[in-house]
Amino acid sequence: MAAVVEVEALTKVFRVPEREAGLRASLRGLVNRTWREVRAVDAISFSIEAGEVVGFLGPNGAGKTTTLKMLSGLLFPTSGEGRVLGHIPSKRERDYLRRMTLVMGNRNQLQWDLPALDSFELNRAIYRLPRADFARTRDELIDLLDVGDLVRKPVRNLSLGERMKVEVVGSLLHLPQVLFLDEPTIGLDVTMQKRIRNFIAEYNARYGATVLLTSHYMADVEALCKRVIVIHHGKILFDGQLSTLGDRFGAYKTIEAVLADGERISLRVPRAETSQATAKLLAEHEVHDLTVEDPPIEDVIEQVFAS
Amino acid sequence: MSARALPQQESWLRSMFDFYATTMRTQIQTQFQYRAATYMYTLGMVAEPTIYLVVWRTIANSHGGSVGGIDAGQFAAYYIVWTLVRTMNVVFTPFGWEERIREGQLSAQLLRPLHPVHYDLGWFAGHKIPWLVMYLPIAIGLSLIFHPTIDPRPLEVLVFLVAIWGAYVIRSLNHFVLGMVTIWTTRASAIFQVWFLSELLLSGRLVPLTLMPHWAQAVSSWLPFKWTFYFPIETLVGNMSTASLIGGLGMQLLWTGVGALLVTGTWRLSVRHYSAVGN
Repeated sequence: MAAVVEVEALTKVFRVPEREAGLRASLRGLVNRTWREVRAVDAISFSIEAGEVVGFLGPNGAGKTTTLKMLSGLLFPTSGEGRVLGHIPSKRERDYLRRMTLVMGNRNQLQWDLPALDSFELNRAIYRLPRADFARTRDELIDLLDVGDLVRKPVRNLSLGERMKVEVVGSLLHLPQVLFLDEPTIGLDVTMQKRIRNFIAEYNARYGATVLLTSHYMADVEALCKRVIVIHHGKILFDGQLSTLGDRFGAYKTIEAVLADGERISLRVPRAETSQATAKLLAEHEVHDLTVEDPPIEDVIEQVFAS
Repeated sequence: MSARALPQQESWLRSMFDFYATTMRTQIQTQFQYRAATYMYTLGMVAEPTIYLVVWRTIANSHGGSVGGIDAGQFAAYYIVWTLVRTMNVVFTPFGWEERIREGQLSAQLLRPLHPVHYDLGWFAGHKIPWLVMYLPIAIGLSLIFHPTIDPRPLEVLVFLVAIWGAYVIRSLNHFVLGMVTIWTTRASAIFQVWFLSELLLSGRLVPLTLMPHWAQAVSSWLPFKWTFYFPIETLVGNMSTASLIGGLGMQLLWTGVGALLVTGTWRLSVRHYSAVGN
Protein backbone atom coordinates (compact mmCIF):
# COMPACT_ATOMS: atom_id res chain seq x y z
CA MET A 1 0.00 0.00 0.00
CA ALA A 2 1.28 3.50 -0.82
CA ALA A 3 2.41 5.80 1.96
CA VAL A 4 0.06 8.73 2.49
CA VAL A 5 2.24 10.47 5.07
CA GLU A 6 5.99 10.46 4.56
CA VAL A 7 8.26 12.25 6.98
CA GLU A 8 12.01 12.44 6.48
CA ALA A 9 14.35 14.03 9.04
CA LEU A 10 11.68 16.59 9.88
CA THR A 11 13.00 19.21 12.27
CA LYS A 12 11.58 22.32 13.89
CA VAL A 13 13.71 24.66 15.94
CA PHE A 14 12.08 27.59 17.75
CA ARG A 15 14.09 30.60 18.82
CA VAL A 16 12.65 31.86 22.09
CA PRO A 17 13.64 34.88 24.20
CA GLU A 18 14.91 34.06 27.65
CA ARG A 19 15.57 36.13 30.75
CA GLU A 20 15.71 35.85 34.50
CA ALA A 21 12.87 37.13 36.67
CA GLY A 22 12.94 40.62 38.15
CA LEU A 23 13.23 44.27 37.19
CA ARG A 24 17.01 44.25 36.68
CA ALA A 25 16.82 41.35 34.22
CA SER A 26 13.94 43.10 32.52
CA LEU A 27 16.01 46.27 32.04
CA ARG A 28 18.99 44.26 30.82
CA GLY A 29 16.69 42.58 28.32
CA LEU A 30 15.89 45.96 26.79
CA VAL A 31 19.44 46.37 25.48
CA ASN A 32 20.75 42.83 25.42
CA ARG A 33 18.12 40.23 24.74
CA THR A 34 19.23 36.62 24.98
CA TRP A 35 17.73 33.85 22.92
CA ARG A 36 17.62 30.13 23.25
CA GLU A 37 17.04 27.54 20.57
CA VAL A 38 14.50 24.86 21.33
CA ARG A 39 14.52 21.76 19.12
CA ALA A 40 10.84 20.92 19.36
CA VAL A 41 11.10 18.23 16.69
CA ASP A 42 14.48 16.68 16.01
CA ALA A 43 14.97 14.90 12.69
CA ILE A 44 12.07 12.49 12.93
CA SER A 45 11.22 10.06 10.13
CA PHE A 46 8.21 7.80 9.64
CA SER A 47 5.60 6.94 7.09
CA ILE A 48 1.91 6.08 7.34
CA GLU A 49 0.01 4.04 4.79
CA ALA A 50 -3.45 4.79 3.47
CA GLY A 51 -6.22 3.93 5.90
CA GLU A 52 -3.91 3.46 8.90
CA VAL A 53 -4.86 4.89 12.30
CA VAL A 54 -1.67 5.71 14.15
CA GLY A 55 -1.35 6.93 17.73
CA PHE A 56 1.22 9.65 18.24
CA LEU A 57 2.20 9.53 21.88
CA GLY A 58 4.42 11.58 24.10
CA PRO A 59 4.40 13.72 27.24
CA ASN A 60 3.62 17.44 27.15
CA GLY A 61 6.22 19.32 25.11
CA ALA A 62 7.41 16.16 23.33
CA GLY A 63 6.84 17.63 19.86
CA LYS A 64 3.53 15.97 18.93
CA THR A 65 1.51 19.10 18.20
CA THR A 66 4.45 20.78 16.46
CA THR A 67 4.71 17.77 14.15
CA LEU A 68 0.99 17.85 13.40
CA LYS A 69 1.17 21.59 12.72
CA MET A 70 4.03 21.03 10.27
CA LEU A 71 2.15 18.23 8.53
CA SER A 72 -0.96 20.37 8.21
CA GLY A 73 0.95 23.34 6.79
CA LEU A 74 0.60 25.64 9.79
CA LEU A 75 4.33 25.63 10.53
CA PHE A 76 7.33 25.70 8.24
CA PRO A 77 9.89 23.03 9.12
CA THR A 78 13.40 24.22 9.94
CA SER A 79 14.79 21.31 7.91
CA GLY A 80 13.77 17.93 6.59
CA GLU A 81 10.65 17.20 4.64
CA GLY A 82 7.10 16.13 5.18
CA ARG A 83 4.93 14.88 2.34
CA VAL A 84 1.22 14.17 2.72
CA LEU A 85 -0.92 12.85 -0.14
CA GLY A 86 1.96 13.79 -2.42
CA HIS A 87 1.89 17.43 -1.31
CA ILE A 88 4.49 19.35 0.66
CA PRO A 89 2.31 20.76 3.45
CA SER A 90 4.33 23.94 3.94
CA LYS A 91 3.41 25.02 0.41
CA ARG A 92 -0.18 25.19 1.63
CA GLU A 93 -1.63 24.30 -1.75
CA ARG A 94 -5.41 24.58 -1.93
CA ASP A 95 -5.74 21.06 -3.27
CA TYR A 96 -3.92 19.81 -0.22
CA LEU A 97 -5.91 21.87 2.29
CA ARG A 98 -9.11 20.52 0.78
CA ARG A 99 -7.98 16.95 1.43
CA MET A 100 -6.89 17.12 5.05
CA THR A 101 -8.06 18.42 8.40
CA LEU A 102 -6.45 19.22 11.72
CA VAL A 103 -8.76 18.91 14.67
CA MET A 104 -7.46 20.35 17.90
CA GLY A 105 -9.37 19.62 21.08
CA ASN A 106 -9.17 23.20 22.28
CA ARG A 107 -9.81 24.99 19.02
CA ASN A 108 -13.04 26.71 18.15
CA GLN A 109 -13.75 27.25 14.47
CA LEU A 110 -17.50 27.67 14.85
CA GLN A 111 -19.37 30.97 14.93
CA TRP A 112 -20.00 31.56 18.61
CA ASP A 113 -23.35 33.30 18.32
CA LEU A 114 -24.98 31.16 15.65
CA PRO A 115 -26.18 27.58 15.41
CA ALA A 116 -23.48 25.25 14.09
CA LEU A 117 -25.56 24.70 10.95
CA ASP A 118 -24.69 28.25 9.89
CA SER A 119 -20.97 27.57 10.40
CA PHE A 120 -21.33 24.39 8.36
CA GLU A 121 -22.89 26.46 5.59
CA LEU A 122 -19.89 28.77 5.69
CA ASN A 123 -17.57 25.77 5.42
CA ARG A 124 -19.55 24.61 2.39
CA ALA A 125 -18.79 27.93 0.70
CA ILE A 126 -15.12 27.91 1.78
CA TYR A 127 -14.51 24.37 0.53
CA ARG A 128 -16.57 25.01 -2.60
CA LEU A 129 -18.81 22.01 -2.05
CA PRO A 130 -21.85 21.50 -4.26
CA ARG A 131 -24.97 21.88 -2.15
CA ALA A 132 -26.30 18.38 -2.73
CA ASP A 133 -23.00 16.68 -1.79
CA PHE A 134 -22.64 18.95 1.19
CA ALA A 135 -26.15 18.30 2.49
CA ARG A 136 -25.70 14.56 2.16
CA THR A 137 -22.35 14.52 3.99
CA ARG A 138 -23.57 16.92 6.68
CA ASP A 139 -26.64 14.84 7.44
CA GLU A 140 -24.61 11.66 7.47
CA LEU A 141 -22.05 13.07 9.92
CA ILE A 142 -24.76 14.59 12.11
CA ASP A 143 -26.40 11.20 12.20
CA LEU A 144 -23.14 9.38 12.97
CA LEU A 145 -22.39 11.63 15.95
CA ASP A 146 -26.05 11.96 16.93
CA VAL A 147 -25.94 15.76 17.14
CA GLY A 148 -29.19 16.56 15.34
CA ASP A 149 -30.51 18.65 18.25
CA LEU A 150 -27.22 20.36 18.99
CA VAL A 151 -26.55 21.85 15.58
CA ARG A 152 -29.64 24.05 15.84
CA LYS A 153 -28.59 25.73 19.10
CA PRO A 154 -26.24 28.74 19.22
CA VAL A 155 -22.75 27.39 19.80
CA ARG A 156 -22.34 29.53 22.93
CA ASN A 157 -25.13 27.49 24.58
CA LEU A 158 -23.39 24.14 24.07
CA SER A 159 -21.32 22.35 26.70
CA LEU A 160 -17.65 21.60 26.00
CA GLY A 161 -18.39 18.04 24.93
CA GLU A 162 -21.31 19.04 22.75
CA ARG A 163 -19.23 21.74 21.14
CA MET A 164 -16.43 19.28 20.44
CA LYS A 165 -18.82 16.95 18.66
CA VAL A 166 -20.14 19.65 16.37
CA GLU A 167 -16.57 20.91 15.84
CA VAL A 168 -15.66 17.45 14.58
CA VAL A 169 -18.60 17.45 12.18
CA GLY A 170 -17.55 20.88 10.90
CA SER A 171 -13.99 19.69 10.33
CA LEU A 172 -15.05 16.71 8.23
CA LEU A 173 -17.70 18.19 5.95
CA HIS A 174 -15.23 18.24 3.05
CA LEU A 175 -14.53 14.53 3.64
CA PRO A 176 -10.78 14.86 4.25
CA GLN A 177 -8.64 11.86 3.37
CA VAL A 178 -6.13 12.61 6.11
CA LEU A 179 -7.11 13.49 9.67
CA PHE A 180 -4.66 14.97 12.13
CA LEU A 181 -6.37 14.78 15.49
CA ASP A 182 -4.70 16.58 18.36
CA GLU A 183 -6.25 15.42 21.62
CA PRO A 184 -9.78 15.30 20.25
CA THR A 185 -11.20 14.01 23.53
CA ILE A 186 -9.46 16.40 25.91
CA GLY A 187 -11.68 17.56 28.76
CA LEU A 188 -14.58 15.31 27.80
CA ASP A 189 -16.36 12.88 30.10
CA VAL A 190 -16.01 9.14 29.59
CA THR A 191 -19.24 8.76 27.61
CA MET A 192 -18.38 11.61 25.30
CA GLN A 193 -14.85 10.27 24.81
CA LYS A 194 -16.27 6.93 23.79
CA ARG A 195 -18.69 8.55 21.36
CA ILE A 196 -15.88 10.49 19.66
CA ARG A 197 -13.71 7.35 19.53
CA ASN A 198 -16.45 5.33 17.91
CA PHE A 199 -17.03 8.10 15.45
CA ILE A 200 -13.37 8.24 14.42
CA ALA A 201 -13.32 4.47 13.96
CA GLU A 202 -16.49 4.62 11.89
CA TYR A 203 -15.19 7.48 9.73
CA ASN A 204 -11.95 5.59 9.15
CA ALA A 205 -13.81 2.43 8.17
CA ARG A 206 -16.37 4.19 6.01
CA TYR A 207 -14.09 6.54 4.09
CA GLY A 208 -10.75 4.76 4.33
CA ALA A 209 -9.22 7.89 5.83
CA THR A 210 -5.72 7.96 7.25
CA VAL A 211 -5.56 9.16 10.85
CA LEU A 212 -2.69 10.41 12.99
CA LEU A 213 -3.96 10.89 16.53
CA THR A 214 -2.43 12.33 19.67
CA SER A 215 -4.06 11.72 23.01
CA HIS A 216 -3.16 11.51 26.65
CA TYR A 217 -6.03 9.06 27.15
CA MET A 218 -4.71 5.57 26.57
CA ALA A 219 -8.27 4.36 26.09
CA ASP A 220 -8.35 6.39 22.85
CA VAL A 221 -5.14 4.81 21.65
CA GLU A 222 -6.06 1.27 22.63
CA ALA A 223 -9.47 1.55 20.97
CA LEU A 224 -8.28 3.10 17.72
CA CYS A 225 -4.61 2.45 17.01
CA LYS A 226 -2.82 -0.76 16.16
CA ARG A 227 0.35 1.19 15.60
CA VAL A 228 1.87 3.87 17.79
CA ILE A 229 4.74 6.29 17.41
CA VAL A 230 6.23 7.45 20.68
CA ILE A 231 8.03 10.79 20.66
CA HIS A 232 9.98 12.39 23.49
CA HIS A 233 12.19 15.50 23.48
CA GLY A 234 11.48 15.76 19.75
CA LYS A 235 12.89 12.32 18.92
CA ILE A 236 11.09 9.10 18.09
CA LEU A 237 11.58 6.46 20.77
CA PHE A 238 9.33 3.78 19.35
CA ASP A 239 7.45 3.13 16.12
CA GLY A 240 5.59 -0.14 15.88
CA GLN A 241 2.58 -2.20 16.86
CA LEU A 242 0.94 -1.17 20.11
CA SER A 243 0.94 -4.84 21.13
CA THR A 244 4.73 -5.02 20.94
CA LEU A 245 5.26 -1.86 22.96
CA GLY A 246 4.74 -3.82 26.17
CA ASP A 247 7.17 -6.54 25.07
CA ARG A 248 9.87 -4.00 24.52
CA PHE A 249 9.32 -1.52 27.30
CA GLY A 250 7.12 -3.32 29.85
CA ALA A 251 9.69 -4.06 32.53
CA TYR A 252 7.42 -6.26 34.63
CA LYS A 253 4.37 -8.49 34.59
CA THR A 254 1.68 -8.90 37.16
CA ILE A 255 0.85 -12.38 38.51
CA GLU A 256 -2.49 -12.62 40.27
CA ALA A 257 -3.44 -15.78 42.07
CA VAL A 258 -6.31 -17.05 44.21
CA LEU A 259 -5.04 -19.60 46.73
CA ALA A 260 -6.91 -22.63 48.08
CA ASP A 261 -7.79 -20.84 51.31
CA GLY A 262 -9.37 -17.99 49.31
CA GLU A 263 -6.49 -15.59 49.81
CA ARG A 264 -5.75 -13.39 46.80
CA ILE A 265 -2.20 -12.40 46.06
CA SER A 266 -0.73 -10.08 43.47
CA LEU A 267 2.93 -10.19 42.52
CA ARG A 268 4.83 -7.74 40.36
CA VAL A 269 7.85 -9.50 38.89
CA PRO A 270 10.52 -8.53 36.34
CA ARG A 271 9.44 -9.63 32.87
CA ALA A 272 12.40 -12.01 32.45
CA GLU A 273 11.58 -13.82 35.68
CA THR A 274 7.87 -14.32 35.01
CA SER A 275 7.95 -18.02 34.22
CA GLN A 276 10.32 -18.77 37.08
CA ALA A 277 8.14 -16.88 39.56
CA THR A 278 4.98 -18.55 38.27
CA ALA A 279 6.52 -22.00 38.59
CA LYS A 280 7.67 -21.28 42.12
CA LEU A 281 4.22 -20.02 43.11
CA LEU A 282 2.54 -23.13 41.75
CA ALA A 283 5.08 -25.40 43.43
CA GLU A 284 4.83 -23.82 46.87
CA HIS A 285 1.09 -23.12 47.06
CA GLU A 286 -2.15 -24.76 46.18
CA VAL A 287 -3.48 -22.34 43.55
CA HIS A 288 -7.11 -22.23 42.43
CA ASP A 289 -6.81 -19.51 39.84
CA LEU A 290 -3.86 -17.74 38.24
CA THR A 291 -3.47 -14.94 35.70
CA VAL A 292 -0.35 -13.35 34.25
CA GLU A 293 -0.88 -9.88 32.79
CA ASP A 294 1.11 -7.24 31.01
CA PRO A 295 1.23 -3.93 32.85
CA PRO A 296 -1.38 -1.30 31.94
CA ILE A 297 -0.42 0.58 28.80
CA GLU A 298 -0.12 3.82 30.82
CA ASP A 299 2.67 2.22 32.86
CA VAL A 300 4.39 1.00 29.70
CA ILE A 301 4.30 4.46 28.18
CA GLU A 302 5.67 5.90 31.40
CA GLN A 303 8.45 3.36 31.15
CA VAL A 304 9.16 4.39 27.56
CA PHE A 305 9.49 8.04 28.56
CA ALA A 306 11.71 7.12 31.48
CA SER A 307 14.00 4.93 29.37
CA MET B 1 -20.73 8.88 -1.21
CA SER B 2 -17.74 6.90 -2.34
CA ALA B 3 -15.01 6.22 0.15
CA ARG B 4 -12.28 8.35 -1.34
CA ALA B 5 -13.92 10.55 -3.91
CA LEU B 6 -13.28 14.25 -3.40
CA PRO B 7 -16.42 16.33 -3.48
CA GLN B 8 -16.81 18.17 -6.77
CA GLN B 9 -15.82 21.81 -6.82
CA GLU B 10 -17.86 24.62 -8.27
CA SER B 11 -16.22 27.13 -10.63
CA TRP B 12 -13.91 29.65 -8.98
CA LEU B 13 -15.90 32.78 -9.81
CA ARG B 14 -19.20 31.27 -8.84
CA SER B 15 -17.80 29.82 -5.65
CA MET B 16 -16.20 33.16 -4.66
CA PHE B 17 -19.52 34.90 -5.15
CA ASP B 18 -21.15 32.18 -3.10
CA PHE B 19 -18.50 32.54 -0.39
CA TYR B 20 -18.97 36.32 -0.10
CA ALA B 21 -22.75 36.03 -0.10
CA THR B 22 -22.69 33.29 2.57
CA THR B 23 -20.19 35.14 4.76
CA MET B 24 -22.17 38.36 4.57
CA ARG B 25 -25.38 36.53 5.36
CA THR B 26 -23.76 34.82 8.34
CA GLN B 27 -22.48 38.13 9.64
CA ILE B 28 -25.85 39.84 9.30
CA GLN B 29 -27.33 37.00 11.35
CA THR B 30 -24.64 37.53 13.99
CA GLN B 31 -25.44 41.25 14.10
CA PHE B 32 -29.08 40.45 14.74
CA GLN B 33 -28.05 38.42 17.79
CA TYR B 34 -26.79 41.61 19.42
CA ARG B 35 -29.37 44.24 18.54
CA ALA B 36 -28.68 46.47 21.54
CA ALA B 37 -24.95 46.48 20.77
CA THR B 38 -25.72 47.42 17.15
CA TYR B 39 -27.89 50.36 18.28
CA MET B 40 -25.21 51.59 20.67
CA TYR B 41 -22.46 51.17 18.10
CA THR B 42 -24.43 53.13 15.54
CA LEU B 43 -25.04 55.93 18.03
CA GLY B 44 -21.32 55.94 18.81
CA MET B 45 -20.55 56.22 15.12
CA VAL B 46 -22.81 59.27 14.88
CA ALA B 47 -21.31 61.00 17.92
CA GLU B 48 -17.89 61.67 16.37
CA PRO B 49 -19.04 63.51 13.21
CA THR B 50 -21.74 65.37 15.12
CA ILE B 51 -19.08 66.80 17.47
CA TYR B 52 -16.90 67.85 14.51
CA LEU B 53 -19.94 69.33 12.80
CA VAL B 54 -21.06 71.38 15.80
CA VAL B 55 -17.52 72.67 16.35
CA TRP B 56 -17.02 73.71 12.71
CA ARG B 57 -20.48 75.29 12.43
CA THR B 58 -19.74 77.33 15.52
CA ILE B 59 -16.38 78.42 14.08
CA ALA B 60 -17.96 79.19 10.71
CA ASN B 61 -20.71 81.27 12.30
CA SER B 62 -18.16 83.22 14.34
CA HIS B 63 -16.15 83.93 11.15
CA GLY B 64 -18.97 85.49 9.19
CA GLY B 65 -20.56 82.25 8.00
CA SER B 66 -17.68 80.25 6.51
CA VAL B 67 -14.20 78.85 7.18
CA GLY B 68 -11.78 78.42 4.28
CA GLY B 69 -14.68 78.84 1.87
CA ILE B 70 -16.83 76.17 3.52
CA ASP B 71 -20.10 77.40 4.98
CA ALA B 72 -22.30 75.83 7.66
CA GLY B 73 -24.48 73.98 5.15
CA GLN B 74 -21.44 72.50 3.41
CA PHE B 75 -19.97 71.42 6.75
CA ALA B 76 -23.27 69.73 7.52
CA ALA B 77 -23.23 67.92 4.18
CA TYR B 78 -19.58 66.91 4.66
CA TYR B 79 -20.08 65.35 8.08
CA ILE B 80 -23.42 63.70 7.33
CA VAL B 81 -21.85 61.96 4.32
CA TRP B 82 -18.73 61.43 6.46
CA THR B 83 -20.83 59.23 8.76
CA LEU B 84 -21.79 56.93 5.92
CA VAL B 85 -18.23 56.79 4.59
CA ARG B 86 -16.89 56.07 8.07
CA THR B 87 -19.40 53.24 8.44
CA MET B 88 -18.22 51.81 5.15
CA ASN B 89 -14.62 52.18 6.28
CA VAL B 90 -14.90 49.97 9.34
CA VAL B 91 -12.64 46.98 8.72
CA PHE B 92 -10.87 44.36 10.82
CA THR B 93 -8.57 46.35 13.07
CA PRO B 94 -4.85 45.53 13.22
CA PHE B 95 -5.25 45.58 17.02
CA GLY B 96 -7.46 42.48 16.63
CA TRP B 97 -4.61 40.43 15.21
CA GLU B 98 -3.08 39.79 18.62
CA GLU B 99 -6.26 38.07 19.76
CA ARG B 100 -6.65 36.41 16.37
CA ILE B 101 -3.27 34.74 16.84
CA ARG B 102 -3.53 34.08 20.57
CA GLU B 103 -6.97 32.47 20.34
CA GLY B 104 -5.94 30.24 17.44
CA GLN B 105 -8.31 31.90 14.96
CA LEU B 106 -5.50 32.54 12.49
CA SER B 107 -4.45 28.88 12.66
CA ALA B 108 -8.04 27.86 11.92
CA GLN B 109 -8.10 30.20 8.92
CA LEU B 110 -4.74 28.92 7.68
CA LEU B 111 -6.14 25.42 7.53
CA ARG B 112 -8.79 26.51 5.05
CA PRO B 113 -8.24 26.57 1.30
CA LEU B 114 -8.96 30.28 1.06
CA HIS B 115 -6.88 33.36 1.78
CA PRO B 116 -8.05 34.89 5.09
CA VAL B 117 -8.29 38.35 3.53
CA HIS B 118 -11.41 37.18 1.69
CA TYR B 119 -12.91 36.20 5.00
CA ASP B 120 -12.25 39.68 6.45
CA LEU B 121 -13.64 41.39 3.36
CA GLY B 122 -16.81 39.30 3.33
CA TRP B 123 -17.28 39.46 7.07
CA PHE B 124 -17.11 43.25 7.40
CA ALA B 125 -19.12 43.81 4.24
CA GLY B 126 -21.92 41.86 5.91
CA HIS B 127 -21.36 43.82 9.10
CA LYS B 128 -22.28 47.02 7.31
CA ILE B 129 -25.69 46.05 6.05
CA PRO B 130 -27.55 46.49 9.38
CA TRP B 131 -25.54 49.67 10.05
CA LEU B 132 -26.43 51.12 6.67
CA VAL B 133 -30.10 50.42 7.31
CA MET B 134 -29.82 52.22 10.63
CA TYR B 135 -27.85 55.09 9.08
CA LEU B 136 -30.69 56.22 6.83
CA PRO B 137 -33.05 57.50 9.58
CA ILE B 138 -30.07 59.02 11.38
CA ALA B 139 -29.00 60.87 8.21
CA ILE B 140 -32.55 62.18 7.77
CA GLY B 141 -32.61 63.34 11.41
CA LEU B 142 -29.23 65.09 11.09
CA SER B 143 -30.36 66.74 7.84
CA LEU B 144 -33.48 68.13 9.50
CA ILE B 145 -31.36 69.59 12.30
CA PHE B 146 -28.31 70.89 10.38
CA HIS B 147 -29.70 71.67 6.88
CA PRO B 148 -26.89 70.36 4.65
CA THR B 149 -26.11 71.93 1.29
CA ILE B 150 -25.95 69.00 -1.11
CA ASP B 151 -26.99 68.72 -4.74
CA PRO B 152 -25.08 65.90 -6.46
CA ARG B 153 -25.29 65.05 -10.16
CA PRO B 154 -26.30 61.47 -11.09
CA LEU B 155 -22.70 60.76 -12.13
CA GLU B 156 -21.46 61.90 -8.71
CA VAL B 157 -23.94 59.60 -6.98
CA LEU B 158 -22.78 56.74 -9.18
CA VAL B 159 -19.10 57.44 -8.49
CA PHE B 160 -19.87 57.77 -4.78
CA LEU B 161 -21.49 54.32 -4.70
CA VAL B 162 -18.39 52.82 -6.30
CA ALA B 163 -15.95 54.92 -4.26
CA ILE B 164 -17.30 53.90 -0.85
CA TRP B 165 -16.70 50.25 -1.71
CA GLY B 166 -13.30 51.11 -3.16
CA ALA B 167 -12.46 52.88 0.09
CA TYR B 168 -13.57 49.81 2.02
CA VAL B 169 -11.34 47.48 -0.01
CA ILE B 170 -8.28 49.78 0.20
CA ARG B 171 -8.62 50.20 3.97
CA SER B 172 -9.20 46.45 4.45
CA LEU B 173 -6.04 45.57 2.51
CA ASN B 174 -3.95 48.19 4.30
CA HIS B 175 -5.09 47.05 7.70
CA PHE B 176 -4.50 43.43 6.79
CA VAL B 177 -0.88 44.25 5.92
CA LEU B 178 -0.54 46.28 9.10
CA GLY B 179 -2.05 43.50 11.21
CA MET B 180 0.48 41.02 9.88
CA VAL B 181 3.16 42.95 11.77
CA THR B 182 1.78 41.10 14.81
CA ILE B 183 3.14 37.85 13.39
CA TRP B 184 6.63 39.34 13.57
CA THR B 185 6.38 41.22 16.84
CA THR B 186 3.73 40.54 19.44
CA ARG B 187 3.39 44.17 20.60
CA ALA B 188 2.74 46.13 17.44
CA SER B 189 0.34 48.70 18.91
CA ALA B 190 2.83 51.59 18.72
CA ILE B 191 3.18 51.11 14.95
CA PHE B 192 -0.59 51.03 14.57
CA GLN B 193 -0.98 54.26 16.56
CA VAL B 194 1.41 56.11 14.21
CA TRP B 195 -0.59 54.84 11.23
CA PHE B 196 -3.95 55.86 12.69
CA LEU B 197 -2.70 59.32 13.68
CA SER B 198 -1.43 59.89 10.14
CA GLU B 199 -4.76 58.70 8.78
CA LEU B 200 -6.73 60.96 11.10
CA LEU B 201 -4.83 64.03 9.92
CA LEU B 202 -4.30 63.25 6.25
CA SER B 203 -7.53 61.53 5.25
CA GLY B 204 -10.11 64.24 5.78
CA ARG B 205 -11.49 62.41 8.77
CA LEU B 206 -10.72 65.11 11.33
CA VAL B 207 -11.19 68.13 9.05
CA PRO B 208 -11.87 68.57 5.34
CA LEU B 209 -8.49 68.43 3.60
CA THR B 210 -8.96 71.89 2.05
CA LEU B 211 -8.60 73.31 5.55
CA MET B 212 -5.21 71.68 6.01
CA PRO B 213 -1.93 73.46 5.09
CA HIS B 214 -0.91 73.15 1.44
CA TRP B 215 2.04 70.89 2.24
CA ALA B 216 -0.28 68.50 4.12
CA GLN B 217 -2.66 68.44 1.16
CA ALA B 218 0.26 67.68 -1.17
CA VAL B 219 1.49 64.86 1.08
CA SER B 220 -2.01 63.40 1.37
CA SER B 221 -2.23 63.01 -2.41
CA TRP B 222 0.66 60.52 -2.28
CA LEU B 223 -0.82 58.43 0.51
CA PRO B 224 -3.83 56.10 0.48
CA PHE B 225 -5.74 57.83 3.29
CA LYS B 226 -7.30 60.59 1.18
CA TRP B 227 -8.83 58.05 -1.19
CA THR B 228 -10.62 56.28 1.63
CA PHE B 229 -12.24 59.31 3.31
CA TYR B 230 -11.98 62.66 1.58
CA PHE B 231 -12.43 61.49 -1.99
CA PRO B 232 -15.67 59.48 -1.46
CA ILE B 233 -17.14 62.34 0.60
CA GLU B 234 -16.21 64.95 -1.98
CA THR B 235 -17.76 62.95 -4.84
CA LEU B 236 -21.12 63.62 -3.23
CA VAL B 237 -20.74 66.99 -1.50
CA GLY B 238 -18.08 68.74 -3.63
CA ASN B 239 -18.19 70.04 -7.14
CA MET B 240 -15.75 67.67 -8.79
CA SER B 241 -15.26 67.65 -12.54
CA THR B 242 -15.90 64.43 -14.43
CA ALA B 243 -12.15 64.09 -14.99
CA SER B 244 -11.50 64.43 -11.24
CA LEU B 245 -14.16 61.85 -10.46
CA ILE B 246 -12.73 59.32 -12.89
CA GLY B 247 -9.18 60.18 -11.82
CA GLY B 248 -10.15 59.57 -8.20
CA LEU B 249 -11.53 56.15 -9.03
CA GLY B 250 -8.28 55.49 -10.89
CA MET B 251 -6.31 56.37 -7.76
CA GLN B 252 -8.50 54.02 -5.75
CA LEU B 253 -7.78 51.29 -8.28
CA LEU B 254 -4.07 52.01 -8.00
CA TRP B 255 -4.12 51.81 -4.19
CA THR B 256 -6.20 48.64 -4.36
CA GLY B 257 -3.49 47.13 -6.59
CA VAL B 258 -0.75 48.28 -4.24
CA GLY B 259 -2.65 46.87 -1.26
CA ALA B 260 -3.25 43.54 -3.00
CA LEU B 261 0.44 43.25 -3.91
CA LEU B 262 1.49 44.09 -0.36
CA VAL B 263 -0.97 41.57 1.10
CA THR B 264 0.28 38.84 -1.24
CA GLY B 265 3.97 39.54 -0.64
CA THR B 266 3.88 40.07 3.10
CA TRP B 267 1.50 37.16 3.56
CA ARG B 268 3.99 34.73 2.00
CA LEU B 269 6.77 35.96 4.26
CA SER B 270 4.58 36.11 7.35
CA VAL B 271 3.19 32.61 6.97
CA ARG B 272 6.75 31.27 6.82
CA HIS B 273 7.49 33.13 10.03
CA TYR B 274 4.24 32.20 11.78
CA SER B 275 4.85 30.12 14.87
CA ALA B 276 1.23 29.08 15.51
CA VAL B 277 1.47 30.01 19.17
CA GLY B 278 -1.68 29.92 21.24
CA ASN B 279 -4.23 27.27 20.50
